[in-house]
Amino acid sequence: MMFRPLLITLALLAGLPAAEPLVSFNRDIRPILANRCLQCHGPDEKKRKSDLRLDTREGALADLGGYAAIVPGNPDASELLKRIITRDPEELMPPGKSKKPRLTKSEALLFKQWISQGAEYQGHWAFEPLSNQQPPKDEHPVDHFIRKKLTEKSLSPAPQADRYTLIRRLYLDLIGLLPSPEQISAFLNDQSLQAYENLVDSLLDNPHYGERWGRHWLDQARYADSNGYSIDSERQMWPYRDWVINALNQDMPFDRFTIEQIAGDLLPDATRSQIAATAFHRNTLINQEGGSDPEQFRVEATMDRVNTTGAVWLGLTIGCAQCHTHKFDPITQREYYQMFAFFNNAEDRNNTGPTISIGENELIHKPAERAKTSPSIAKPDWIPADYTSHRTASGATLTRLDDNSLLSDNTVGPNDSYHVTTTTPLSVVSALRLRVIPHESLPRGGPGRAKNGNFVLSDIKLLIDGKEQDLAHAAADHSQPDYSVEHAIDNNPQSGWAINGAGPDTKMNAPHEATFSLERPVKVKGKKIEVRLSHERNLNYQIGRFALDFSAIAPAANSSPPATGKTKPVNLMVMRERKSPRETFLLTRGDFTRPDREKGKVFPGSIAAIAPPLEKVGETGNRLDLARWLVNPANPLTPRVTVNRVWMRYFGRGLVETEEDFGTRGSLPSHPGLLDYLAKRFIRDGWSMKNLHRLIVTSATYRQSSTIRKDLADKDPRNLLLARQSRFRLDAEIIRDAALSASGMLEPRIGGRGIRPPQPAGIYAFTQSRKGWSTSKGSERYRRAMYIVFFRSSPYPLFGTFDAPDFQTTCTSRARSNTPLQALAIANDVAFMELARGLALRVINEVPGDAAAQREARISRAVMLALGRPPGMDELETLLNYAQSMVKDFNKDGAAAKSLLQGSLPTNGTSLPEAASLVAVARTIFNTDNFITRE
Amino acid sequence: MSSLLHLNDQTRRHFFGQCGVGIGVIALNELFTRDSIAKHTPAINPAQPMAARTPPLPGKAKNVIFLSMAGAPSQLELFEYKPKLNELSGKAPPKSLLEGKRFAFLKGNETLLGSTRKFGRYGKCGMHLSEMFPHHRKIADEVTWLRGMTTDVFNHGPAKLFMNTGFQAPGRPSMGSWVTYGLGSESQDLPGFVVLQSGPRGPRAGNSLWASGFLPTSFQGVPFRSSGDPILYLKSPDGFTRERERTFYDTVSKLNHIRMRKTGDPEILTRLNAYEMAYRMQSSAPELMDTSKESDKTLDLYGAKRGEPSFANNCLLARRLVERGTRFVQLYHTNWDSHGGPGETLNKDFEKVCKDADQASAALILDLKERGLLDETLVVWGGEFGRTPMGEIRKTIGRDHHIDAFTMWMAGAGVKKGYIHGETDELGFGVIDGKVHVHDLHATILHLLGFDHEQLTYRFQGRDFRLTDVHGKIVREILT
Repeated sequence: MMFRPLLITLALLAGLPAAEPLVSFNRDIRPILANRCLQCHGPDEKKRKSDLRLDTREGALADLGGYAAIVPGNPDASELLKRIITRDPEELMPPGKSKKPRLTKSEALLFKQWISQGAEYQGHWAFEPLSNQQPPKDEHPVDHFIRKKLTEKSLSPAPQADRYTLIRRLYLDLIGLLPSPEQISAFLNDQSLQAYENLVDSLLDNPHYGERWGRHWLDQARYADSNGYSIDSERQMWPYRDWVINALNQDMPFDRFTIEQIAGDLLPDATRSQIAATAFHRNTLINQEGGSDPEQFRVEATMDRVNTTGAVWLGLTIGCAQCHTHKFDPITQREYYQMFAFFNNAEDRNNTGPTISIGENELIHKPAERAKTSPSIAKPDWIPADYTSHRTASGATLTRLDDNSLLSDNTVGPNDSYHVTTTTPLSVVSALRLRVIPHESLPRGGPGRAKNGNFVLSDIKLLIDGKEQDLAHAAADHSQPDYSVEHAIDNNPQSGWAINGAGPDTKMNAPHEATFSLERPVKVKGKKIEVRLSHERNLNYQIGRFALDFSAIAPAANSSPPATGKTKPVNLMVMRERKSPRETFLLTRGDFTRPDREKGKVFPGSIAAIAPPLEKVGETGNRLDLARWLVNPANPLTPRVTVNRVWMRYFGRGLVETEEDFGTRGSLPSHPGLLDYLAKRFIRDGWSMKNLHRLIVTSATYRQSSTIRKDLADKDPRNLLLARQSRFRLDAEIIRDAALSASGMLEPRIGGRGIRPPQPAGIYAFTQSRKGWSTSKGSERYRRAMYIVFFRSSPYPLFGTFDAPDFQTTCTSRARSNTPLQALAIANDVAFMELARGLALRVINEVPGDAAAQREARISRAVMLALGRPPGMDELETLLNYAQSMVKDFNKDGAAAKSLLQGSLPTNGTSLPEAASLVAVARTIFNTDNFITRE
Repeated sequence: MSSLLHLNDQTRRHFFGQCGVGIGVIALNELFTRDSIAKHTPAINPAQPMAARTPPLPGKAKNVIFLSMAGAPSQLELFEYKPKLNELSGKAPPKSLLEGKRFAFLKGNETLLGSTRKFGRYGKCGMHLSEMFPHHRKIADEVTWLRGMTTDVFNHGPAKLFMNTGFQAPGRPSMGSWVTYGLGSESQDLPGFVVLQSGPRGPRAGNSLWASGFLPTSFQGVPFRSSGDPILYLKSPDGFTRERERTFYDTVSKLNHIRMRKTGDPEILTRLNAYEMAYRMQSSAPELMDTSKESDKTLDLYGAKRGEPSFANNCLLARRLVERGTRFVQLYHTNWDSHGGPGETLNKDFEKVCKDADQASAALILDLKERGLLDETLVVWGGEFGRTPMGEIRKTIGRDHHIDAFTMWMAGAGVKKGYIHGETDELGFGVIDGKVHVHDLHATILHLLGFDHEQLTYRFQGRDFRLTDVHGKIVREILT
C-alpha cells in the first residue's frame, strides 16, 4: 500500500485537555513505536514498507513527496497522526492485517503532544552512557533512590524484618545454606551496632558464597555434564565449575572474570587457570548422532556463543539478527556476523577440539573448609629416610647435610632428575614427604635453583624393588597458582609443583613440604626404595635442597576428596584459535549451507550502537578484543545488565524487569538513577562483586519485612517501588541444600568431580541411551545439589521439577513455578525422607530426656533447624497434635514405625513410635511453604 | 508500568478477589507477569495455571493425542505405492533429483530401492496401504492422509525437536506445552500434558521433546512410566497409609494457612492447591493405569494384554486420559529407524514394529469413535521425517532419512474423514501437490483447537515467540 497523505483533520482528538505535561520519547513514545510500528517501519530494510522508517528522526521527518510522517511542532501536518486515528480501515495504521491493536485515544494523544513539543528523539536509554548520580553522603545510597520514589507516591517503607528472618534470608541469599540454631542465637544476642554488617562480611568470606553465586553464573554459562542432543554422553567440564567458584570466592574483578572466560587463552603468557576459564564457551552442545554434519553443529555452537555473549553481558537478543537485521534494536545482520567472526575461528568442531589436562583441585586455590576430620584419625609420624645413594641423571653431586637433607650444586645439568635410593626402619609405608629447604648457596637462598629461588618439580616417583608405586594423593602446605602439587603425580612432564606466588601473603624463598600418599600401605621391610624427582617442565628449575621422610600412616586427606580413589586429571574442553583463520560470510536466513559471498567477507567487529568501537578493527580482531570491549567502561550495557541481575536475585525482580532484554522492547528501569549509580560504583569499586553484594544487602531496603502490605494493594500491587521485601521460592538446588543443612548431614566439601545421589529406577526409560549412574557412596551423596551430575537429556528429577533449566542454551533467570509434582517430590522422594529422618534423629540426639516430656522441645528445635525461628503457638499446637496422633497410631502399627526409621536407631532411649512420629513431623516441616521459601 | 503488566495485575486481583481467602492484597507470582500483548494471550489464573480456558476462536478439538513414530517409518513400505520406483529398483536415481540435497548417511552412489511390500487400495477414498498395515484398512475412511509432509532437518534429535517445538535446537516449548498454556486442562486430578513411551528405547533428545522451554514449568509434559510408579514420586513413603497421608496433607495445609495469615502471601494458596492435587493424583494416576475394568473386547480391539506395557496398552491409556480430561497426550514408539543395520532391517525388524503399531493405532480411532470422543479429540500419527527412495547399504539394504516427502495422518475433531491430501512424484522423492510443512501442521493443529497460530505467543527476551516461529499456513483443504 502506498503511503498517501490522508485528508482528514485532527478534530478527532479535539476536546482533550490542553495542559501538556512534557512527553518523554523513551518513556512514552518509543514503547509504542517498538510494539506497533517498527516491524514494518524499523531498521530492517528488507521488511520496511513504503520506504518509511520511524526508528530514527531523520526517517520520520523525511519528505515523502510533499508531506512527511512527522512535522515537528505541527501535529496537524503530521501524516502519522492522521493515520493512527483515522476511521478508514484502508488507511489505518497499524493495518488490520498486521493483527496489531490500534492505538488507544490516550496513546494517540501522547503522539500529538510529543509532535507539538518538537518530536525530539532520544537515544535508547540502555545504550546511553551511565549517568552521574550523587546521592547524599548521610544516607545509604540504595535507600536514597528507593525512598525518593516512595516519598513521591506518599508511601513509607516496611519495617525491618526481625532478626530470625534476616539471618535466614542472608544465609540463603549469600551462601544458600541454613544457619544453625547456634549461629541464629549468636546473631540474635549480638548487641554490637555492627552485628548485621559483621554477619554479611562473614558470609561473603564463607567459601560457600562461591558456590551460591557460582551457581547463578553457571546458569548463564549453560554448564552441564553431558553433550546434549540425542546421545548425550557424559563430559568432564567440572573443573570449569570449580574455576567459577574459586574466582568468586577470590572476588576476582568482574572485568577480569569476563576477559578470562571469553579470551583467557589469548592473554599474553596465559596461565593454565586462564585457559581453563575459556571452557565457558565450550559448554555448547555436541551432536554425536551418526550422520550428522560436523560443520552444521560447529555453526550452531558458534551462533550459540554469539547469542550467549549477547544475552549474558549485553542483555540483548542479538540472535534475531542472524537471519535479518534486528526489527526493533539497532543491530544489523552484518554486525551479528561481525560478532560471529570473533568465534568463527575457534578450533573445535562439533565433537573434537582442544583440551587442557586439569587435576581435581587444581583450580581451587584456597582449600575448602576442611571436612570435619574426626580426632580419632591417627596423625602421620614422619621418619627420616636412610639414603643409601643420591645422584642425578647427569652425574652431578647431591651432598648430604647434617640435618639429613640433600643439597645440589652447580654441576646439576639442565632438566636434570634426581635419583635417591634409601631404606627405612618402617615395615610398611603409606606416604612419602618431600621437604624443600632454603640454603645460602642457592639463588636468593633457594629452595630451588631457578634465578628467583623457585623450582618446578614436574614429577615425583616412588619405586619399591624397582616397581613403580601408585601415588594416589598429593598435598602441599603451599602451591603456586597453576602449579598445584597434584601436577607432580599427573605423569605430565609439562606440568609441575612450584612454590613462589604473586600473593602478598606468600613468603618467598621459604621452606615448604609436600606429602604423597599411596593408594594403600606397602610392605617395605628389606626392600629397596627409590625416589625420583624430575624437572622436565623448565630447563633450570631444579630443586636446590630437599629431604625425604616416610610414614606408616597416610596424612588425612584435606585437599583431596575422601575415598574416591585416585584423582586422575581430566581433559577440560577449552577455546583455541585456528592457525589459518576461517572466512566469515553472512549466512542467508542463518543457514550454514548458504553463505552470502556476494556481500563479501565479514571481519570481527562490535555493535556500533552500544559502545565505542573496538580498538582494533578488521581482520586482526580476536576474542580478546571482544572481551575488552565488553568490559570497556564506556560500554554501558555490561555493568547495567550485571548489577541488574544481582539486584534481581535479592528482590525477585530486576530494576529493569526484563533482565534479558535491555533493547527497545524491554521494560524501562523502575529506578534509573539507582541502576546507573550501582553500575558506575561497580566499575569504580574495581568491578568487585563482593562490594556490590555488600552494598545491596546492607541497605534498609533489603532488610525490610516481606510481609504483604494491604496499603500497597492499590498504590503498588506489584511491589515495583519496593516498599517491602519479596517472598519467593528457593531454587531447586537450594531446596535440597536447605534440607541437608537442617538434617546436619551436609558434606560441605567444595569442588571436584560430580556426585550421583540415589535416584528412582526408570529415569532413562524416556531417553535414547541410559546414563552411567552408580550411586555415590558415603558422605559424597550428601554434598550440595550443584555437584549432582547433570545430564541434559535426563536431569536428576529434582532439577526439572523445581525449574532448573536444562542448559541447552543460556539461562539468565529461572522461572518459579508451583506444581503438584513439586509436592510429590518433597513428600515422597526417598532422598527427602532420608533427610527428614536425619532431622528427627538429630533433634532426638540434641534434646535428651523422656520422649513424651521433650516432644515439644524437640519439635521446636526441628522448626528452628528448618525454618530458622521458633514455632508460633498455633504452629506448635498443630505439630504437637500431629505428633501425638502419630505416636498413638504407630504404637498400634510397629511395622509402620520401623519403615519410617529404615533401621536407624534413635538415641536417648527414645521408642520407635516416638522417633517415627518425629520423622513424620520433620517430613511435614519440609513440606511447608515456609521451608522452601526465602522470606 | 506498562499497560500490559497492569492488565495482568488486574486479572490477578480479580481472581484473588473471588477466591475468598480474605486477602485484598496481591503478591504476584513472578511467572505470569510478562505475557505478551497479543490478543490471544491466555488469561491464566495463577493459583490454578492448569484450569481449563476457553480458546479465543471456536475450536473443534478439545484434546490431542499425538502418536509419535520415533525413528521415522518408511512411507514407501506403508502408504506410498510407487510402481515406477519398483521398476527402476537398482538403478541410479536421476541426477536432477539429488542436486543440492543433503542426507544423513547416503554417500551418493546408492541406487533406487523398490518396495517388496504388496499394496492395495482401501476405503471409499481409495488410499494405498501395504500389507504391513492391515488394521489401518478399517480406518481408511476415518482419517485424513497427509502424503505431502516435508520437514527441514534430517537428524533424529533435531528433527524430533522440530516436529515438537517448531525449532531444531532444544530450548523452545513443545506443542503440548503451547496447547496447555493456551487451554489449560479439563482434568484437575491428572496432569494436562502426559507423555507415554514404548519400544526398545526412549526417543532421541529425551525430555527436551516435552519441555516447556521458556513457558512456565506448569506446562511441561509429565512422563508416565509403564512400570513402577506411573509418575515419579507418586507413591507415599513406606509406612504411610492413605489415612495417614490424609492427616499429613491436612497438617501441611494447616501450617500453610497459618503462614498465609501471617505473611499475607497468596502464592501460598497456589501451594495449597498443588498439594491437594498431588494427593488426588496419588489415587487418580493408579486408577488411570489400572485397565482391569476394561472389557476383554476393548483389550482385544487394541491387542493389549492386561498389565503388560506396550504401545497397544499406551493407546488404551491415551483414550483413558482424554476421557478423564487430559488435554494433550503424546505417545512415543521406537524403533522405526530402518537403515538396514542390525535391529533396524527393512524386513524382520520393520515387520515387528509395524505389528506393534498397526492394530493399536487403528483401534484408538475406532474406540474413540465408539465412545463419542473422536468428535472432540484430534489424533495425529507420524514420524519426524520419512525415508529415502534410494536404498542404504548396511548389513542389509535399508533406507536413509528423507525430509522432502513423507506421510502422516490425522483424524477426529474438525478433520475430513477419508480424505487424501497431497501427492508425491512417481519415485516418491518430492511432493508435487498438497505440500504440508511441519509449520503448517502446527498451524492447523492450533487452528483446530481454536487458536490463531500467529496470535498464541509468549514474550521472552524481547521477542514474541510462537510455535510456528514466523511460518505456518493452515491446511484448509483438510478441514471439515
